[in-house]
Amino acid sequence: MSEVVLETRDLSRHFEGLAAVDGVSLSCRMSEVHAVIGPNGAGKSTLINLLSGDLRPSAGSVFLQGEDITGLSSQRISRLGVGRSYQRTNVFLPFTVFENCRLAAQSQLDTSMRFFRQALRYRAVSDAAMRVIEQVGLTRQADKPVETLSHGEQRQVEIAITLATAPSLLLLDEPLAGMGAEESVQIVELLRTLAIDHAILLVEHDMDAVFALANTLTVMVNGAVLESGEPQAVRSNRLVQFAYLGEHDFEPNRV
Amino acid sequence: MSTRARWIALFVGLTLLFAFPLIGDRFYVQFVSKILIMTIFAGSLNLLVGYTGLISLGHAAFFGFAGYILALYSPDTEAAGLLTSLLLSVGSAALLALLIGLLVLRTGGIFFIMATLAFAEMLFYLFHDTAIAGGSDGIYIYQRPVLMIGGWQPLDLANSAHFYYLALFFSLAAIACIHMLLRSPFGHVIVGIRVNEQRMRALGFDTYRYKLVCFVISGALAGLAGYLAASQFGVVNPETLGWHLSGSVLMMVILGGMGTLVGPVLGAFSLMMLEESFQSITKHWQLLTGAVIVLVALYLPRGFAGLLRKRADTDKLPPPGAGGSGTPAAAERPHV
Repeated sequence: MSEVVLETRDLSRHFEGLAAVDGVSLSCRMSEVHAVIGPNGAGKSTLINLLSGDLRPSAGSVFLQGEDITGLSSQRISRLGVGRSYQRTNVFLPFTVFENCRLAAQSQLDTSMRFFRQALRYRAVSDAAMRVIEQVGLTRQADKPVETLSHGEQRQVEIAITLATAPSLLLLDEPLAGMGAEESVQIVELLRTLAIDHAILLVEHDMDAVFALANTLTVMVNGAVLESGEPQAVRSNRLVQFAYLGEHDFEPNRV
Repeated sequence: MSTRARWIALFVGLTLLFAFPLIGDRFYVQFVSKILIMTIFAGSLNLLVGYTGLISLGHAAFFGFAGYILALYSPDTEAAGLLTSLLLSVGSAALLALLIGLLVLRTGGIFFIMATLAFAEMLFYLFHDTAIAGGSDGIYIYQRPVLMIGGWQPLDLANSAHFYYLALFFSLAAIACIHMLLRSPFGHVIVGIRVNEQRMRALGFDTYRYKLVCFVISGALAGLAGYLAASQFGVVNPETLGWHLSGSVLMMVILGGMGTLVGPVLGAFSLMMLEESFQSITKHWQLLTGAVIVLVALYLPRGFAGLLRKRADTDKLPPPGAGGSGTPAAAERPHV
């Protein structure tokens, strides 16, 4: 088996007594797509926020390549090679697609405390930006401000800037939400390619995509792990089916 | 405005500025020098307000402090060296900005505004209520700083034309410096912070450090302006640290156009020229100035710099009342 990139032990986060994430232990290996599904409010986004440093855990630990990164700030965790995308598009709307990705790629310079040479003259940074723009299929929109793009295209920018920081672990929070069918297919293909040399933790509602990509599937309900394992085994678990059936956002015919 | 028209405007503007001491009388040469100093001050604040998105209401602290350093450093009986005193003043302003920045940048939003105001007021009362540097009366600089190279003195700051060209030089240098900064990786980071600071952190940028460095650069430039202002009139008083001046310079930035390179220049010229002309008309000139500011805020949200935008930029915006504005009446009307 390949190396464990991410591991959590009894990770919890309480909001005024409510356990949004409750004792979650999971791991993600290199070249693995670990999908996390569950009804709305199950704590999937909170889990990602804990892993990315956007939120601090109330208890438990997070290990990255064996190092304890619990409680580090989001900028530190990002610099350790963790890239995350947001469920609600969180980019630089007035900037062009290119500048969004260029700025993200600029974080790969050892420092941006550089005051003299023009930012656009850093060829390696610009090239990296163009690469991720091509990967998500936005080359033709590269010079357009993101705020003028469609919702689906803005979702693609969200993924592009996450990739532009050259992470080894990807935390993707519903990357396909709001995308058209055609873009979805393209992004699923992209994730399949990325899975070769990345560890990917994927939160996603699109079950077709989840079962097409995941090597490991974890089902969360009320902040806790209900079931985790090989996707087909999890799918046939009765408890999982029961937990899902009452939920309005669940499409049982797809599972 | 087309690109060509903008180049012509720039050329005419610069020619006028360079030729002005040859044609203008002494009073106006001094007045324009004062405006040039304010363009540096407004430009420094624009770096915070317009580009980084940090609204400071205490920027006069650095302006006044640099002036005080010059006054305290200048001996009574002889002139201070220009280069030494300039470096000392600007360096002190930068150091003050570092100390204040370390604390105020821990806050954000309205608290940041209040914290900058509070620190500037503390400094104001320090100089106002204690005997340091003449208390509320201020302190005189009896001899202007001199620039000596060997035994040769190329600049006489008591000469209003000489001083004018020094102010013009520093104003242009400050603008060039800000321009360079904005195109650098650092400049792209601070604008990214204004647009979406949380995402900048998630991308791995230590935004606090970048804001701090920007605050220090801005404080140093404000210090340069304060140094020049003090050496122009040879007097420094607590008013140069006060919130009134901080408010004026913020007004210049807003009036001229936040986040644009020429905005602070237009703002400094327009506000000071308006004040000057209104003062000659009426005792209640501040009412008129206030009215102009309200009108600009209402009708020119991008400030005077908005008028200079390229035609193509404005064409991109949908004209008011055009189709697709989302009014039900427009939606129901059949397409003709």
